[in-house]
Amino acid sequence: MDLLNLSVVAEYYPVLLRGFGMTILMTLIVITLSLTLAIPVALSRMSGNFLVRLVGGTYVELLRGTPLVLQLVYIYFVLPGVGIRLDGFVAALVALTLHYTAYLSEVYRAGIQSVPKGQTQAASALGMSRGQTFIRIVLPQAVRTVTPALGNYFISLFKDTALASVVTVQELLFSGQIIAARTYQYFTIYTVCMIMYFSVGYPAALFVRWLEKRTSGGYARRRRRQKGGQA
Amino acid sequence: MIELNGIEKSYGELKVLKGVSLSVAKGDVICIIGPSGSGKSTLLRCINYLEEPEAGEIRLDGKIAYRDIVRGRIVARPRAEIDATRREFGMVFQDFNLFPHMNVLGNVAEAPVRVRGLTRAEAERRGVALLDRVGLANKVDSWPEELSGGQKQRVAIARALAMEPKAMLFDEPTSALDPELVGEVLEVMRFLAAEGMTMIVVTHEMGFARQVADRVIFMDQGQIVEEAPPEQFFAAPRMPRTKAFLRMAQQES
Repeated sequence: MDLLNLSVVAEYYPVLLRGFGMTILMTLIVITLSLTLAIPVALSRMSGNFLVRLVGGTYVELLRGTPLVLQLVYIYFVLPGVGIRLDGFVAALVALTLHYTAYLSEVYRAGIQSVPKGQTQAASALGMSRGQTFIRIVLPQAVRTVTPALGNYFISLFKDTALASVVTVQELLFSGQIIAARTYQYFTIYTVCMIMYFSVGYPAALFVRWLEKRTSGGYARRRRRQKGGQA
Repeated sequence: MIELNGIEKSYGELKVLKGVSLSVAKGDVICIIGPSGSGKSTLLRCINYLEEPEAGEIRLDGKIAYRDIVRGRIVARPRAEIDATRREFGMVFQDFNLFPHMNVLGNVAEAPVRVRGLTRAEAERRGVALLDRVGLANKVDSWPEELSGGQKQRVAIARALAMEPKAMLFDEPTSALDPELVGEVLEVMRFLAAEGMTMIVVTHEMGFARQVADRVIFMDQGQIVEEAPPEQFFAAPRMPRTKAFLRMAQQES
């Protein structure tokens, strides 16, 4: 039996590609939003104000302690009951962003706390304000520490966008499901989907591994290499 | 120029400063010595408000710094004002605390650009001159991780000087250094003292205190035990605790 039916692929590849585009688009939007939103959340968890810490902590623990699929379904099916009606695409973006913001904020927090106290003290002693100290001294060092961890979360985010199929977003998996249901070529279609995910996921994983290596040493060699390798 | 009156500071139950008063005139070089845990570093950190004392006042040029007493209660001033006073003091730390993600010149130019509003070019021009003064003109483009401890500490001194402080605070600047690197840092500090910089130096370097200080202060258990010019301090200490400490220090060296 010829399992791999290439004529089906030839006929439906535009649908798959469109779905794939949707997957990439969602990934990029959620990366941008959660990377940004995670900063205030991380700061709230280190705030001197108890109430601010409580709100930040509750948010993070709620989202880390429940399944992403359930959060998504909740936003899509339950919120309309209180008058908030979101279409599937927006609901998926909201759910993924809320979820990944919670995780990334923890990564940021670990990164920020890994910067030695002496760094902040040195900046303060030079008269730098809290904001300047955070942006110029703490954040650059924290970001470098957590870059590989962020990369890993982006890869799992890329795969988690498949969950949007549950709320009718026509991303790659849902596109595959539609075609498979119509043509009964389950093996072919889902194999192609698998290959398409893997063609991004695997190089991304290799890239993260390379990043890990590059950010684990000192600062000097990296800069030197960028300038044209005089070291 | 700097006046401390009745400074008190506790960490939880432990009282590290029990009412310390000290007066430093412009151009003075004060060396503070004493056993570890005597509160000398904490005292230094109170001067630029890295530590907030619970009681006492700090005056800079006669004016109360950092906070006010309103109806008997201490009220800290806005952070911007604290920052402004703080930058009048340059601080050098035991473990350098250079910014690892900036090269040597970047370390020196950062605060003048961000805090004093100098252009990057101007700050770098002055930075190169300062690095030349501490003997590191050839390390301008290096990274902190490529430097020896002594070189790092000299960069840290240049970084503090770049803010043109009224006084320099040194918190055991040579304690983290290999013995053969201590000399180059002390030499820079001697040079600064000779130029008339007001300096408060917490140190274990008795030789430096003897040669450079105008006054030596011995601290123990959160108090100033003895304060005297170096010749008198080292040749004829008055207090028993000072004598005991100096004897121990001598045995070690």
